[in-house]
Amino acid sequence: MNLNPASTEDASDCDAGPGQYHLRLYVAGQTSKSLAAMVNLKRVCEEHLAGRYEIEVIDLLKNPKLAAGDQILAIPTLVRRLPAPLKRIIGDLSNTEKVLVGLDIRPRTPIT
Amino acid sequence: MPSEATTFPALLPKAPTGIGGFDEVTLGGLPAGRPSLICGAAGCGKTLFAVTFLVNGATRFGEPGVFMSFEERAEDLAANVASLGYDLDGLVAEGKLAIDYVRVERSEIEESGEYDLEGLFVRLGFAVDAIGAKRVVLDTIETLFSGFTDPALLRAELRRLFGWIKDRGLTAIITGERGEGQLTRQGLEEYVSDCVVLLDNRVEDQITTRRLRIVKYRGSAHGTNEYPFLIDGDGISVLPVTSSGLNRQASSEIISSGIPGLDAMFRTGGFFRGSSILLSGVAGTGKTTIASHFADAACRRGERCLSFVFEESAEEICRNALSVGLDLQRWVSAGLLRFEAARPSLYGLEMHLARMHRDLDRFEPDVVVIDPISAFRGPDTEVHATLLRMMDLLKSRGITALFTSLCTDGTMVEGTDQGLSSLMDAWVRLEDVEANGERNRALYVIKARGMSHSNQVREYRMTDTGIELIEPYIGPEGVLTGTARMSQAARERAAAARRQQEVERRRRDLARRREAMERQIGELRAALEIEEEEANLLLTQEDTHEATLASDRVAVATLRGAAE
Repeated sequence: MNLNPASTEDASDCDAGPGQYHLRLYVAGQTSKSLAAMVNLKRVCEEHLAGRYEIEVIDLLKNPKLAAGDQILAIPTLVRRLPAPLKRIIGDLSNTEKVLVGLDIRPRTPIT
Repeated sequence: MPSEATTFPALLPKAPTGIGGFDEVTLGGLPAGRPSLICGAAGCGKTLFAVTFLVNGATRFGEPGVFMSFEERAEDLAANVASLGYDLDGLVAEGKLAIDYVRVERSEIEESGEYDLEGLFVRLGFAVDAIGAKRVVLDTIETLFSGFTDPALLRAELRRLFGWIKDRGLTAIITGERGEGQLTRQGLEEYVSDCVVLLDNRVEDQITTRRLRIVKYRGSAHGTNEYPFLIDGDGISVLPVTSSGLNRQASSEIISSGIPGLDAMFRTGGFFRGSSILLSGVAGTGKTTIASHFADAACRRGERCLSFVFEESAEEICRNALSVGLDLQRWVSAGLLRFEAARPSLYGLEMHLARMHRDLDRFEPDVVVIDPISAFRGPDTEVHATLLRMMDLLKSRGITALFTSLCTDGTMVEGTDQGLSSLMDAWVRLEDVEANGERNRALYVIKARGMSHSNQVREYRMTDTGIELIEPYIGPEGVLTGTARMSQAARERAAAARRQQEVERRRRDLARRREAMERQIGELRAALEIEEEEANLLLTQEDTHEATLASDRVAVATLRGAAE
């Protein structure tokens, strides 16, 4: 059985207008890291992407077969499905600066 | 060693890999329910080893497996092993195999805060549960170290992963790239300590030999040598070529060499089955032809013959054998005879041995021809060791083997034969005798263990109907060959004729003399008879005379008396 279906791309569907962020957070159970990641993500999004984001939390303990599709190894992993290209940020997202850079909200080399 | 395995079978459960030879070396396979480390440099066959382990598990041992690839995509992997006849896609479709390609791309991952590798566990666990896997391969897990920045965390997670594999009772192969000064780059051997197998690909004299060594195997005896292994169209096979003890069976069955004259030189009428026979001679003495006879004779008996040839192709040998009236092609067609032709330089010595081992396993011959052993070049000690093992291998299986060896100028090739000839059971030497401006072929038996043999140097000829040994002619300077033999024969014939005439003449003389003598005897006897007759006549006359006298006397007396 092939565990690498090019599948989950169909989630890129929806009514996403320009500038719309579709984020997916992979966790495995209610661990402290997962909870921290959820809290941190919500905070960053509210601060920088208010009104134009959508967060989908996937618990791999409940849906293990989704792990292969997005090449998830580390937990927690945040995947930016939209806008393209696909981005991955791993960790509990406690470093806000890195989250912003990872999501391309802030350029990698800030202009002074 | 195999006896130990059978004595303690229950100590450590083992999962057979199905890789020919490996299961023998490890006395059963990899430790079941535990991770094993297969390490080696790039291109030495780690992935193939792992795939073979899974495919055999799925197809032969009823143990489905998960292949977690960190390097090759599933499609590439399937394509790469398709040439070995492994149908990964088919196995995947049957639910006997799962392939999960884990892509680790440093540039795509941003790290922010703490994380763990639970995702890997989830994926592996899901794949294992989906098909009920008993076997797992992680190839090559060290790739993770390039994808994540925190090696300490990775190490902790790997330790946890290997623990998890053990807890789940999965037999796992972890592959690792060989690192500087240690077995793997990241020192995985620290974590996977139950069984470590090292694969090696060494180049010596521009010839590559793959070798395998079991570095450690906790809780089990195992072969400790470096074993050559080969990867070819049929996958991997490992050769446990240890010199087993000298405890082999000795057969007293006699088999023919295929040449009646040669057989007759041994009192037993041939060679012992299972013996090793060395046939040495200079170029052009017909070593290969005699070997062809040997092979032909085996096939005639309905036995299987495997011929390893290193200087000619199978077609050439068949064609050349036809010129002495041997049709080898029909045996090839009948499946009784097989040629394995390869240049000696094609592989290393070990590899030749390995190939031979595999071919023997597959063809199961009764008779083997190796033509010639002198083609193996290399360090003397290695050549000798290889040939020794080759002989051991053949002897341990009771295979009768004919080795040919080229020697130059009547002396043996140094290092090759000298050491080996003492191991041979029989040694027939072919020679090129130069005399009277011609070269002729002669053979003699140097040794034949366990049987008395002729000490005669025999001339032989290659005729349309095979090799023929000619009755020996011995002249003042040794055996006469060729035209010298013929002129000697002519001389002997003339002498014999002369002797014959002489005898006849004497016989006639004698007859004549007897006749003459008998005539004389006749004459003498006649004379005697005449004499006898005369004597008788005289005697009769005398008697008559006496009687007359007596009667006269009476008459006188009467007359006187009357007168008185």
